Amino acid sequence: MKYLDEYRNADAARSLVRAIAARVTRPWNIMEVCGGQTHAIVRFALDEILPDEIRLIHGPGCPVCVTPLETIDRAIALAARPEVILCSFGDMLRVPGSGKDLFTVKSEGGDVRVVYSPIDAVTLARKHPDRQVVFFAIGFETTAPANAMAAVQAARLGLENFSMLVAHVLVPPAIRAVLDVPDCRVQGFLAAGHVCTVMGAAEYRPLAERYRVPIVITGFEPLDILRGVLMCVEQLESGRHEVANAYPRAVRPEGNPAAQRQVAEVFEPTGRKWRGIGEIPASGWRLGPAYARFDAERRFDLGHITAEEPDACRAGDVLQGRLRPCECPSFGVECTPEQPLGALMVSAEGACAAYYRYRRK
Amino acid sequence: MCLGIPGKIVETFQRDQLPMAKVEFGGIIKDICLAYTPEAQPGQYVLVHVGFAINQIDEAEAEEVFRYIEEIEAMGAPGGPEASEAAERGGGGETG
Ligand code: SF4
Repeated sequence: MKYLDEYRNADAARSLVRAIAARVTRPWNIMEVCGGQTHAIVRFALDEILPDEIRLIHGPGCPVCVTPLETIDRAIALAARPEVILCSFGDMLRVPGSGKDLFTVKSEGGDVRVVYSPIDAVTLARKHPDRQVVFFAIGFETTAPANAMAAVQAARLGLENFSMLVAHVLVPPAIRAVLDVPDCRVQGFLAAGHVCTVMGAAEYRPLAERYRVPIVITGFEPLDILRGVLMCVEQLESGRHEVANAYPRAVRPEGNPAAQRQVAEVFEPTGRKWRGIGEIPASGWRLGPAYARFDAERRFDLGHITAEEPDACRAGDVLQGRLRPCECPSFGVECTPEQPLGALMVSAEGACAAYYRYRRK
Repeated sequence: MCLGIPGKIVETFQRDQLPMAKVEFGGIIKDICLAYTPEAQPGQYVLVHVGFAINQIDEAEAEEVFRYIEEIEAMGAPGGPEASEAAERGGGGETG
């Protein structure tokens, strides 16, 4: 496929690795923020062909992984209601809640449907006026414009049987949270390319400035990632800390203004709890006043749900780059994709799933 | 989750007041919403995420990394033989 395959060219990758090796004079810890990048790194063994000095630390950029247990439990409670059709992206179905997962609710007769696009959930609501359709709206800034459009369409069509369980999270506050940990070892970041496709680069400049870290906007194919590492190393070696763009075919400095406008009309900032990490202020979006009537948490009385994470799961340490998945004692033993203890083992972008699938050690 | 796939616009149309397009991904055609890339035309490539085009692919910028690689290759292996050797070594990273 054009704009995909050519960025996997092995000779070109070797050229970039040589260029990195030529620049590097000492060890550097670089965090790739996005789980999609983690998967590409492990799948193509990019960490193994890079010079020993470069250590890639896997970051918290997997929305499925960071959606808190309480929210999963709320989705499960909604899905179990007879009048509800719960629509979700496929990744969420196997994520363990405190008791079960959505997949189990489905096998017990709950109406859980996997949608490709949020608009499909709106279409379902139109088709089933006698049912309540709830869309489980998770994601980072990349997914927010699509999810926002679901609310806009539901309003346009005057749908009274559509609502959203919103668990949106944002990347810049997560980067800040990683950097604020006293023993943080991360010296540079590969920022999540598609988040920046929507939001642009502006939010990252104050972070690079304040924490004196280079932040390089990076794509997802091997050449994109190696180009990102190279640009990050060049800055680190020369003592600079700027926001740079290693993914210009998909990211303009201003992002996508039309998408930003729609998101701002539908959502407003809110504090969010991140699974394994805890509460991060202003780290998410919820439906703003104009669309609050589509908020599933207002429409349905779900009571008070609190949940405890299983102690054996070290997801918090993995998400913050303190532990490699294979260093978790449960990895591949009590925790496998068939019997996951944590979301990181089931999400298509979870770091534990990547190690299990491609490396198994 | 933030997966974005480049696809080529085959034709555009309207549905439920939304600008839409048939977009081709390596032979597979899907209906994609163009609300956020209203200028995109048939023949152009868009980056698609959960059924929405989130941006047009900048075709000139798409060559940037290849131009860069050509440049460094034309200058000879940067850092000389030692660096190439480090690159060839492979498997050297800390893999746990
Ligand atoms: S391997 Fe399993 S238990 Fe360990 S951190 Fe990953 S998801 Fe949690």
